[in-house]
Amino acid sequence: MFEYFTLILLCQFLGELFVISTGAPLPGPVVGMGLLFLFLVIKGGVPQKLESVGGFLLSNLSLLFVPAGVGVITHLSLLKADLVPLSVAIVISTILAIIVTAFSMAMFNKDDKLMQKGKLHHD
Amino acid sequence: MTEQQNVWVYLSSNPLLHLTMTMAVFALANKIYKKANFNPLLNPVLISIMVIVSFLLLSNTSYDTYFTGAQFIHFLLGPATVALAIPLYKQFNRIKQSAGAIVASLLIGSSTAAVSAIGIAWLLDAKLLSIVSLAPKSITAPVAMGISEQLGGLASLTAVLVILTGILGAMLGPWIVKLIKIKDNAALGMALGTASHGIGTARALQVNDVAGAFSGLAMGLNALATAILLPLLWQLF
Repeated sequence: MFEYFTLILLCQFLGELFVISTGAPLPGPVVGMGLLFLFLVIKGGVPQKLESVGGFLLSNLSLLFVPAGVGVITHLSLLKADLVPLSVAIVISTILAIIVTAFSMAMFNKDDKLMQKGKLHHD
Repeated sequence: MTEQQNVWVYLSSNPLLHLTMTMAVFALANKIYKKANFNPLLNPVLISIMVIVSFLLLSNTSYDTYFTGAQFIHFLLGPATVALAIPLYKQFNRIKQSAGAIVASLLIGSSTAAVSAIGIAWLLDAKLLSIVSLAPKSITAPVAMGISEQLGGLASLTAVLVILTGILGAMLGPWIVKLIKIKDNAALGMALGTASHGIGTARALQVNDVAGAFSGLAMGLNALATAILLPLLWQLF
């Protein structure tokens, strides 16, 4: 299984290399995601062992955000100074973004599917 | 120095202590979360951060010391992001069918997230430094920190606001989408990934593969869209 973990690391490495050399506004791992995607397209399927390694990483994804989140400890005083505006802005804008995105996706997605089936003809 | 103090000095300088503590606290938080039938208020990321922060404050441990151990977990964020290609590949046919809807809802959601956050913070008299640091809050931390710096914000404050936004989106997302009576898993995924990046995607993957794939895609596309659009928008102010 370590071969496929190595493949994942290699994709990330090449992604970081790409970002550093082009200055593209993307994180290296996101470019690496694109590279692994290309690998899967060329391969024409997901090898079982890659599935196991990927499944292990993704089913524990939440845990991986804990160390960075604990970093809140270094900004407690700054956060306290603007506590009300920052928390109100985060809460309301996150709720708005969820509602607006889900609603527009559900609406346009229906159109997309109907158009694919040829039932709807608009431009 | 007493025997116990010696043990503590040894353990607290060894990366194993904070690595083990992070895993153990999360395992416990996750168990409670499952027992409570995924009650959003008991989000395991939030609970773990609160417990660990309290512990560090009480034991007078610096974040740097903590991170010496926790970095091994943090490092896996990169490989996990790469692994998102797997659900993306498996759902690719569905994603292709919805290409138009994905681009449209992403642009609408992404601009709503940034503009409403800037507007509300400004109306409530937040400091300019806070407003700039807040603007890219809905996108994945490495890109958000870069944009924040470019606009004159504080990258480390942005990282904290990004994580708080992610936790909030993961907590509220599935509940809000149910409340507005949307049953489309692709829509849930798009909403979680656009509003709350990787933490939202972690939550979407727990719902199902379709929501997870759309969320991972939305997270990547939102990083790209915001990195291009936000600096342009900022110049209009």
